[in-house]
Amino acid sequence: MTNVERHAYDVVVVGAGGAGLRAAIEARERGMRTAVICKSLFGKAHTVMAEGGIAASMGNANGHDNWQVHFRDTMRGGKFLNHWRMAELHAKEAPDRVWELETWGALFDRTKDGRISQRNFGGHEYPRLAHVGDRTGLELIRTLQQKIVSLQQEDHAETGDYEGRLKVFQECTVTRVLKDGDRVAGVFGYVRESGRLFVIDAPAVVLATGGIGKSFKVTSNSWEYTGDGHALALLAGAPLINMEFIQFHPTGMVWPPSVKGILVTESVRGDGGVLRNSEGKRFMFGYVPDVFKEKYAQSEEEADGWYADPETHRRPPELLPRDEVARAINSEVKAGRGSPHGGVFLDVSTRLSPEEIKRRLPSMHHQFKELADVDITAEPMEVGPTCHYMMGGVDVEPDTAAARGVPGLFAAGEVAGGMHGSNRLGGNSLSDLLVFGRRAGLFAAEYAAGLPAPERPAAGEEQIDEAAAEALRPFGAEAGDGGPDAGDGGSGAAVENPYTLHQELQQVMNDLVGIIRRGPEMERALQHLAELRVRSRRALVEGHRQFNPGWHLALDLRNMLLVSECVALAALERTESRGGHTRDDHPGMDRTWRKVNLVCELAGKDEAGHGTAAATAPTAAGDAAAGPGTARAEDAAGPDGAAGMSGASGPVSTGTAASVSLRRRPMDPIRPDLLDLFERDELLKYLTDEELDA
Amino acid sequence: MPPLVTAVGLALFVTYATWRAFANSHYYAAPYVSPFYSPCLASNCQDMKGGADWPLFGSWWGLSPALLVLVFPLGFRLTCYYYRKAYYRGIWSSPPACAVAEPHAKYTGETRFPLILQNSHRYFFYLALVVAGILTYDAVLGFRDEHGNWGHMGLGTLVLLANIALIWAYTVSCHSCRHVIGGKLRHFSRHPVRYRLWGWVGTLTARHMLLAWSSLISVGVADFYVYLVSSGAFDDPRFF
Amino acid sequence: MSSYTAHFKVWRGDADGGGLADYQVEVNDGEVVLDIIHRLQATQAADLAVRWNCKAGKCGSCSAEVNGRPRLMCMTRMSVFSREETVTVTPMRTFPVIRDLVTDVSFNYTKAREVPAFVPPQGVAAGEYRMAQQDVERSQEFRKCIECFLCQNTCHVVRDHDENKPAFSGPRFLMRVAELDMHPLDAAAEAGLDRAASAQDEHGLGYCNITKCCTEVCPEGIHITDNALIPLKERAVDRKYDPLVWLGSKIRRRGQ
Repeated sequence: MTNVERHAYDVVVVGAGGAGLRAAIEARERGMRTAVICKSLFGKAHTVMAEGGIAASMGNANGHDNWQVHFRDTMRGGKFLNHWRMAELHAKEAPDRVWELETWGALFDRTKDGRISQRNFGGHEYPRLAHVGDRTGLELIRTLQQKIVSLQQEDHAETGDYEGRLKVFQECTVTRVLKDGDRVAGVFGYVRESGRLFVIDAPAVVLATGGIGKSFKVTSNSWEYTGDGHALALLAGAPLINMEFIQFHPTGMVWPPSVKGILVTESVRGDGGVLRNSEGKRFMFGYVPDVFKEKYAQSEEEADGWYADPETHRRPPELLPRDEVARAINSEVKAGRGSPHGGVFLDVSTRLSPEEIKRRLPSMHHQFKELADVDITAEPMEVGPTCHYMMGGVDVEPDTAAARGVPGLFAAGEVAGGMHGSNRLGGNSLSDLLVFGRRAGLFAAEYAAGLPAPERPAAGEEQIDEAAAEALRPFGAEAGDGGPDAGDGGSGAAVENPYTLHQELQQVMNDLVGIIRRGPEMERALQHLAELRVRSRRALVEGHRQFNPGWHLALDLRNMLLVSECVALAALERTESRGGHTRDDHPGMDRTWRKVNLVCELAGKDEAGHGTAAATAPTAAGDAAAGPGTARAEDAAGPDGAAGMSGASGPVSTGTAASVSLRRRPMDPIRPDLLDLFERDELLKYLTDEELDA
Repeated sequence: MPPLVTAVGLALFVTYATWRAFANSHYYAAPYVSPFYSPCLASNCQDMKGGADWPLFGSWWGLSPALLVLVFPLGFRLTCYYYRKAYYRGIWSSPPACAVAEPHAKYTGETRFPLILQNSHRYFFYLALVVAGILTYDAVLGFRDEHGNWGHMGLGTLVLLANIALIWAYTVSCHSCRHVIGGKLRHFSRHPVRYRLWGWVGTLTARHMLLAWSSLISVGVADFYVYLVSSGAFDDPRFF
Repeated sequence: MSSYTAHFKVWRGDADGGGLADYQVEVNDGEVVLDIIHRLQATQAADLAVRWNCKAGKCGSCSAEVNGRPRLMCMTRMSVFSREETVTVTPMRTFPVIRDLVTDVSFNYTKAREVPAFVPPQGVAAGEYRMAQQDVERSQEFRKCIECFLCQNTCHVVRDHDENKPAFSGPRFLMRVAELDMHPLDAAAEAGLDRAASAQDEHGLGYCNITKCCTEVCPEGIHITDNALIPLKERAVDRKYDPLVWLGSKIRRRGQ
């Protein structure tokens, strides 16, 4: 039996970003003893990076705004792949969630009459984003953090203990969701500071771990975004959906390394920034698709005229939609005409005077000056597409945020799938966190309250022992010295450096499953990923367990690899382009694919009994020969295969070892009263004739 | 400013001011009066035609009349938030500089006597307003000639004017002033005038250090100018 | 574009002690100190402990002391040092070391809990809050704080005086008191809580001798001293040391 710290709570929330904190507040207010676990310090979550605002149809800036309009915008943004019920709940509840923040002390920018100011944003019909300058995410996280503190103060006043009912476990990582039969029994994790292992027994677990950006080389995400919640859910037997949809922003910084991936706002291009390749050519003119030919300038002279006189000139091609620009940059780099660090040049210095640049782009000027030592008034920026947001995630019940198939497991925020469909609108992320964070907390609390102590599930000792062994493996358990599993790891001799593996993974995902995708490349990616998975088991770290970043990374690798496989499998499967999924070999959007969710599950889940730690660990059985091998759903030749989309297509091996499997599942038909919010002409672009006639 | 420069600057001024305050001479050269000696509140003052020469203290006061009034500007500056920073850092090394260890075993800040008296800063501010008003009056009197006739201007007039401008700027930029004028309010939106004033004062407050030093120098220069003219070492150039 | 080898000294150790370790490490154009620390992790010292998150100066995780100056490592460009210069990176001094560059900052979380939270006004429902922009701006400045705790670290009241820690909340949390006291709708007074007086009585405002180091190190450029601490001191004077104001408020209250 492993010696671990053991705590007991009613609800455990994994993740302390916007969704996690909101869930914890709700669960505690419903009377549940609640624990929040976060990898960083309390208040450092990636939510702080959000700048734009919180989308909520409060109608402060334009009285015509209401939830129906917000719902419509969200569905259009997601190309109708959103779960309509989530989009509906989100649009209806977002204003209350924002107002509630004010009662907790948030200070948004104000309108003239003292209400919350709302700003315009891409894809939103009316000014809708509640904001605080360009630091809305920070305001959100701080407000929730301070609300948690205020609840703790209440508890202290009553019981003399700040942490009696609501405790934040800072700098702890969860490596396993523990189960008892089908049901969640708690979590297993380690304290980053000390390396101590711990178990929290709890009947309800809320995943709120954010995204997966760290699987990609260029990302705007922080180190915490290693797909932990996605992987924890998979390993616990819960399915993920929509994993092929990742939002890339076309212009992120690629150089210097410290700021790789950080966003360069679109207004740089709007204000005259031009894109050039290493030969100095303004390449965007070669990438204007036929459908846009009439709207965009054909020559530099014409494009240059647009900035001053948009009436008689056509727009410069730098201002094509994001995916077009990203595609073009990608092609240039792949053709060897990229900048030294794998991007292209974005130059505003040749177009505007230094004074003008400082006046119009103050934050960009400051960002490059402070972070990159680059003076954008004198030199070009290097930019490239950057991985920004994961639309896919845990398949949840829209109303309760409960993960399907695993009682007691809930998910909210970026880790949950469905809400944003194939593409997220700016501003919908922060509102998503609040709306579904609250719902997850609420229903987790209800679930836990319905289970009095004697009926609560309990994780068995062997499960905990296995989780502990898994967590400590990087310290030498499988150093290729002929251990029990050495055989299936190939030569098994070489010790792997987790940092190297991570870099290789990022390179694979970036190059082969990046913004523009092609079938054969993704096949190759899957092969690489399988190899990396085997090698990752030989990842070995030095030092001891106290705050050892090498060890932490070795453990995070499991999650990134699992999630990356889901992404690659799903992206290979979906033979169309939609939102955050662009297939070079299938450029069109296909209405029949609209009805389909790709569901990713742990391979061999059924064989693995009830998904205990042992059976689902990416160790013994999972890897090469054993298990079902790969499991990619029947490639039914594109959307025509919709006939077979009963949701139970069997896994078929493609020769690539995979630890996850994919199946298709039809989407719930959209409720008629919601469909009525749209014109039939518009619906025809997205829905099949049969769906419309039904 | 490096602590040493601060300490030396303050020491120089204190030395000069001490000499001049106790000197009890050469502080009036009609129509100019040294800011160190105005208002003059004892009967042993030199006669200043129309000046702030009010023998409130009567004849029992035998020391320099400057000592009676210098207490107020001294107290104002001593309790000023900028000067506090300057001498805590420059003279007491508490701290000598940011992130540098301080050479004191104990530190209690302004929590107890005597430093808790720093909280009286606003009263010195009120008094400083009075003093600044009187010095303004003195500067205006600089437009008279030595016989009391209006329509005069000499270099001394300019010196006094520059000094009083800086004195006012320093006085108004005081943090207590900023508080009284509007900082104490909860809702600026209900007091638009005070809000605007608060904004202007805030702009000056941001330059409090600059104003503290320049007004300190100007007051010294003004006194020294009067001393030079009064002692006959320098003849006040007259413009009209 | 060029790279060179820099000489780094990084404090390695834990609660039981430690010392500066020497490293020769590659530095490329445009890098910041945090990049170099990461390179050390990836190539020479896989177990070098450091906190970081956003690497863009927005989360306030990577606080440390670089050549003795409290700074965010992600915002300290290598180009500010000459190539010959040895760059010394040490953990924040005011807080107990856990390991290497990671310190135990729980002091700050303890102090955060001691500041009573925002008190929502009675009878104003969510959605009915009305506040003018000019009324929220002062507190908004303080809410830019990213809680890097560099101000807490540099403040000499606690930096070399552990004995002052129980009585002194530090600039960050005195600023929090100021933020709430200036919040246009905070109803603490109605609930019987005098924030300004409590700043003096409970949070140790009197220890501050306004020497402004907190303002100097703030990576967000918040005017902590001028806009938060001094105004708070003045408000405390109103409540505690100014008989006129005290009298005035008594009379006004009776008049109501």
